[in-house]
Amino acid sequence: MVSMLNAGALRPTSAAARLLGVLTILLVATGLSGCGAINRVPTLEEQAKSSWSEVQNQYQRRADLIPNLVETVKGYAQQEKDVLIGVTEARAKASSVKVDASTVSDPQKFKEFQDAQNQLSGALGRLLVTVEKYPDLKSNQNFLALQSQLEGTENRIAVARRDYIGAVQAYNTELRTIPGRWIAAILYPEAKPMETFSATPNADRPPNVKF
Amino acid sequence: MRLMGLSAGTLVRLFLALVVLFACLAVYAVGALAVDLTFPPLTGRVVDGAGILTEDQRTALEAKLKAQEDKTSDQVVVATVPNLQGTTVEDYANRLFRAWKLGQAKTNNGALLLVAPSERKVRIEVGYGLEGALTDALSRVIIASAITPRFKTGDYYGGIDAGIDGILGILSGDAQEWQRKPQVRADEVDPTQVAVFVILFLVVLFVAWRMSRSGTGRAGRGGGIVFLPGPGSGGWSGGFSDGGSSGGFGGGFSGGGGSSGGGGASGDW
Repeated sequence: MVSMLNAGALRPTSAAARLLGVLTILLVATGLSGCGAINRVPTLEEQAKSSWSEVQNQYQRRADLIPNLVETVKGYAQQEKDVLIGVTEARAKASSVKVDASTVSDPQKFKEFQDAQNQLSGALGRLLVTVEKYPDLKSNQNFLALQSQLEGTENRIAVARRDYIGAVQAYNTELRTIPGRWIAAILYPEAKPMETFSATPNADRPPNVKF
Repeated sequence: MRLMGLSAGTLVRLFLALVVLFACLAVYAVGALAVDLTFPPLTGRVVDGAGILTEDQRTALEAKLKAQEDKTSDQVVVATVPNLQGTTVEDYANRLFRAWKLGQAKTNNGALLLVAPSERKVRIEVGYGLEGALTDALSRVIIASAITPRFKTGDYYGGIDAGIDGILGILSGDAQEWQRKPQVRADEVDPTQVAVFVILFLVVLFVAWRMSRSGTGRAGRGGGIVFLPGPGSGGWSGGFSDGGSSGGFGGGFSGGGGSSGGGGASGDW
């Protein structure tokens, strides 16, 4: 303690500079951690990931509803084979797309997932248009319940997608703007920007029926 | 170059530190995202923005909704809006629900009945926690059988009242079953179990006391704050009151922090 004070008294400049250096580092560290900047990249990444699992979850829920729906429609509209097969095939295709944690940061895989789900949306839209021709089916209690579940699921998908887009936007912005960009480069080099849903103008409208 | 006894290198370092700090603050300012829809404030359990209810009708509805929250902590809120600001009823209802944070934070047990008379749209938006009870199919049945037939004749109060009765009926059917569980748990608390916990607790206290006296300072002090969860019976009922209506009904009403993922159903008339 005494020797340190002596050294400081002998060489005031370097000691003061060292002290200031330490203070600067402390200031930056407190400044960054004070507003949570250091932890923002992983925090936002986790939020985006959990939003992604909610998206997947809701798409899965939709896929689970489909066999029951197809069975119910079959009982009333046997002749609409093409539409029913279209839905079943689109579902099989959407389910066959492998989705894992890397999907969100791989543009190719993400597009594949999105395309398959959009195709299924289109096929389901066609099915619901076709159903309009069958009043008996439309008044069937089982069908009504399934239809409201399907509508609810589509709405949940819309909400989950909106949440995911928001979470990814926050995460990508953090990765591309200044303190986050530096912090990610130093501390989280494995953090990659995530893909987001492109607007699908016709996703909420059933496409035209072509025979 | 020297300024106030500081070397140039130090000044550069200080400058960099300030740049980082300001950049960090700027991100925060940008982070506050602008909201593209405006929502009415949550002034009570019935927010009649469209002005389709009389004062008496509003009071009657609020009394029903308050009774439900007091009983089960479910927050059911009625909102009427002058217009949907150009979005769909589903989107508006979900965003309004989240803005108001209906339902308790832990259980997300909120529900919102949204009426937009100018668009002739109605929606029951259900919080995550009530999706199991108030399913999409049931919400749709309520809308189709209780609400829209009355709205068609211009009877807004009748429709809202019948809809609320339907929602509360379903919720209390579920909630009563749900509430029985804590009761059973409370009765099952075994006195010997309590005694064992008390003895264990005393042993831990004693060990901690001995350790702190025997000079191993840190370890001993750490042992003193060991928390043993006992077979509590007060936990269930205690949780309900927090986050609900702050300061009773007269002092205002606020959402408990719940959220919704788009459950429920919509209808038009």
